[in-house]
Formats: sequence, C-alpha cells, structure tokens
Amino acid sequence: MDLTDLSLAQAARMLRDGEISSLELTRACLQRIHRFDEKQHAFLALRPEAALDEARQADRRLATARGEEQPAGALLGVPLAVKDVVCVTGLPCTCGSRILEGFTPPYDATGVARLRAAGAIVVGKTNTDEFAMGSSTENSAYGPTHNPWDATRVPGGSSGGSAAAVAARMVPAALGTDTGGSVRQPASFCGVTGIKPSYGRVSRYGLVAYGSSLDCLGALTRTVEDAALVLGVMAGHDPLDSTTLEQPVPDYLQSLTGDPDLHGVRVGVPREYFIAGIQPEVEQAVRQAVQVLAALGAEVREVSLPHTDYALPVYYLIAPAEASANLARYDGMRFGPRQAAPDLWQTYAATRGELFGAEVKRRIMLGTYALSAGYYEAYYAQAQRVRTLIREDFDRAFSQVDLIACPVAPTTAFRLGEHTSDPLAMYLEDVFTLPANLAGIPGLALPCGFDSQRLPIGMQLNGPPLSEALLLRAGWGYQQSTRWHLEAPVL
Amino acid sequence: MALTREEVEHIAHLAHLNLTADEAARYREQLEAVLEYAARLQAVDTSLIPPTTSVLAPHSVTRADEPRASLAPEEVLRQAPDRARGMFRVPPVFE
Repeated sequence: MDLTDLSLAQAARMLRDGEISSLELTRACLQRIHRFDEKQHAFLALRPEAALDEARQADRRLATARGEEQPAGALLGVPLAVKDVVCVTGLPCTCGSRILEGFTPPYDATGVARLRAAGAIVVGKTNTDEFAMGSSTENSAYGPTHNPWDATRVPGGSSGGSAAAVAARMVPAALGTDTGGSVRQPASFCGVTGIKPSYGRVSRYGLVAYGSSLDCLGALTRTVEDAALVLGVMAGHDPLDSTTLEQPVPDYLQSLTGDPDLHGVRVGVPREYFIAGIQPEVEQAVRQAVQVLAALGAEVREVSLPHTDYALPVYYLIAPAEASANLARYDGMRFGPRQAAPDLWQTYAATRGELFGAEVKRRIMLGTYALSAGYYEAYYAQAQRVRTLIREDFDRAFSQVDLIACPVAPTTAFRLGEHTSDPLAMYLEDVFTLPANLAGIPGLALPCGFDSQRLPIGMQLNGPPLSEALLLRAGWGYQQSTRWHLEAPVL
Repeated sequence: MALTREEVEHIAHLAHLNLTADEAARYREQLEAVLEYAARLQAVDTSLIPPTTSVLAPHSVTRADEPRASLAPEEVLRQAPDRARGMFRVPPVFE
C-alpha cells in the first residue's frame, strides 16, 4: 500500500485504528514532495523537521486515545498543506510576492488553528499567484507551478500549488482561497475536488485580504468526503472575523451516508453557461455528469441566469477596487523589504513599484481608477448595482431548483505562457466561477472526465447560501457512482 | 475608453506606484482594453437597483470593550525592515 494514495478520511481512520502511524504517513508525504517537487514546484516553504516532530507527538496521542478509548481529534496525525496567502505561525507567508519576502506571521489563521486543534500537521506552504491574483499560478514571483498531468501546462490558479500538491499525492488535502474561482478552477485543471464555502461560513482571519467582500477560505482534496471533513473543522463563527455567520455548522459527514440517492433534488443547468468558446469536450463531459445526477434520481431542468455576461466586468471592477485598498498596507514600513528613497513618499512608491509584480500593479491601477473621483459612479458603483442583479438571478433560480450544475471553466488546462500577454483572455478563464463569489454562494468542483489530451475536466455544483450539506451530498453521490476522482497522474 | 498618459501617471501617483515608462505604456493599453470590456455595464439600467456592498444581511457587530492579550510588541517589530527603541523607524516626513 502506498500511504500517499490514501484519502484524508481513510488516513484519519487508519491512524485512529492504529493501522498506520502518523510518522510513516508524514514521512511518505515529505519523501514524495522531495522526489517530485523540483519538477512540480507546488511548494514555497516546507517544515519537514517540525512536521515529523508533530507526527511523533500525534502517534503518542493516538496511542493514548486508543488505550483510554477516548475520541481522538478528527484529523489527528494527518499531514496537509496551506496556500501561501494564509498565515501559519513560524512559516514564511510571501503571498507569492517579493513585497512580503521574509515575512513570518506570528499567528495562525483561524482555519489553520482549527485544523491544528483537530490534530492536523502542516507540512508546508503552497505556491500561488501573487496575492491570489491570477488563474494560472504564473503570477507567482517565485516561478510557476506545473500541472501534474502535463508539466507544460498550468495547474490553474490562484491555488495552483495546492491543487498540484493534492493531485500529485504529495498531501491528501490542502487549503486554498477563492475570490473568483481560485479553489475551483485549479481543482478542475488538476482533477481534484475543491470546495468554496458560502461567504461568511469560514473565518477570513489570517487569510491575507485581496477582495474582502469576495474572499473565502476553502479546501482542495481528492474526495468530497475529505472536503466535508476539512470544511466541518474550519467552519463556524469566529469573533476575529465580524463577517462570519452565527448559524451552527451542520455535521457535513452525516449527510454522506446511506444510499447516494438524489430523489427530490432539483438540479438546474443554466443555459447561459454553454456559450460559444467553451471547449466541446468540456461541455460534453459536464452534460454527461449531469446525466449521472439524473440517474441518481435528481430532477434536471434548464434555468436562466440572464446577467451572466456581466459577471466578469463586475468582478474585474469590484475585486481590483477592494484590492487597491487592501494592498495599500504594503509600503515597506512594518513588514517585508524596503526600497531606499530620499523621503517617505518616494519610499512608498519605490517599494511598491519595485516589489509588486505586473498583475498586482495592473489590478491596483484598475481598482484605483474605478474608485477615483469622476469614475466612481460609472465604474465601481455601477458594478455594485449590477452585482445585485447577478445575486437576484441566483435567488430566482434557487426558487426553482435546489442546485445548479455547470462547467468549472470553459477549457482544460492551458499551456504555460499561453495567456500571459493578454490579461483579458486570462480573466475569461474565471467566467463560470466568479458569479458564485459575487453572490456569496458555495461552489464545489468535481472531476468529471478527461479531454483527448488526457487533461482533467471539472463539473461545478452551486447552491444557495449555506447549502453546503446538500452540495456535498450531491457531490458525494456523484463520486459514489463514478471513478474520475480516483484517477492519478503519472509524474 | 481612451486613457491618456497623464491619466495613467495620475492613477499611479494615487496608488503610490513607481512605474517605468514601459510599464506605464503597457498598462495604458491593457487598462483601456479592460475598461472597454467593462463598458458593457453602462448598458444595464440600474436606476432602481441598490448596490451590493456585502452579500450578508446588514448587521451590527459589537463586543465588550475590554483589554485582552495581544501580540507582544517585539514580535510585531521583528517583521519590520527598520526599527528603533520599540518603534517602527521610517524615513522623514518633513525635513
């Protein structure tokens, strides 16, 4: 048995039962990273010694729990990775940017703290587009990550390092963040499962802010069961994030039992999502996946989301506007390097001009413009109003159906460098994912096939706010009936 | 949506970003393309539509105003590029 093939849930179960040790599991993950990450470049930082120490401690606690017949933490002894825009105490947090080179946060993000409290072991930080701005991980200042299915192609982004690490069996699960599709699109490109929760379901404390009204902490895993496990541990109200919701967190694993039966579940297929420009193999695979849901008893019907065409321009005004404010704090005064200049103002501009990458500067410029006097009404305020119309589209659709099924992205993984000179072409990769962020609704990405180049294709399920339990149940039912999520790339 | 070089320089100034002449020229072109794409939003009648600032229902969040433990000053200052006597040291604002 290769320990790195185990799902998170399998590993946690076998650890509790004493069939495997955390030390051998953690060591197997680190060995695989050591062997393949030179090629993949999924990781920006590793903590092998500390992880092995924690694994030894976990083994002692697991033995004690077994001896005393006490319940062990849900994730006790399980290794996982964290996207480098999320704070982990004592590990560098660069956000894929030179402007945070050398920054080591003195605290854990709430999501990380909860996973650690449940016994999880952080092995390292994964590569990301700079400040999570990108759809390919090519915007990392530390070099791109390669897709495990084809090293000449991108893993998607911005959580491309996490997606590649999970697909390559380096870790059973990794945290990602999703502001416009940054968990779901790389999950699709790498053939793994990705959950973006409802806005407010998981704390953003310790997640370095990009677009604060859109940002969500999520997870990339190999199965829906694992996604449910990680989400269940991280979710819930946090006094350190005033936008977290007070509603109790359901037992997501509880909804993944019994027959994978979807009778009584109405699934809508939005007609606006099957547009010109979508790769025909993607459309075909997603339509077949919807048929699998129908075979499980779901009632499938067409729905309309008439303002879909506006989601992209709305997002690319609102997210950069919020980013231009959030990234004002990087000025070389309190953390990160400083670029020397004669006075304070020139120091700010020199530090930011020199140390931010091209895409970050582009979005800061765009956001600053959209918020500036004379343009605020026409761009930012208009985008916020159209955002309301996009939310209302979903409200109307969810009065007719329980879930929406659609592609995650219009294409499979593209080649490194293919879109780097054309920002707008890159932005179009997010066309099916960013509506969920604008509406604050959850999304689940599921592997649902391969194209003729044997590149993974992903289906997306969306539901109304706080419908994660149903979303996960439908995704679990799909994975009980298919084997796409079990396919592994040959590295 | 045509942008002048002066406008690009003005935005860069507002955003505290030093740009090279090459960057300024490239951003002018790319921002024009994105803004032209975004111009389709102007066609939507939103005269009766309220803006979305948050997807959450408006709610007021307060907590008791009590002293609590926080990060130690030296832990925070350790991250700074320059520091002196328990403070961040910055270049002069006035000469």
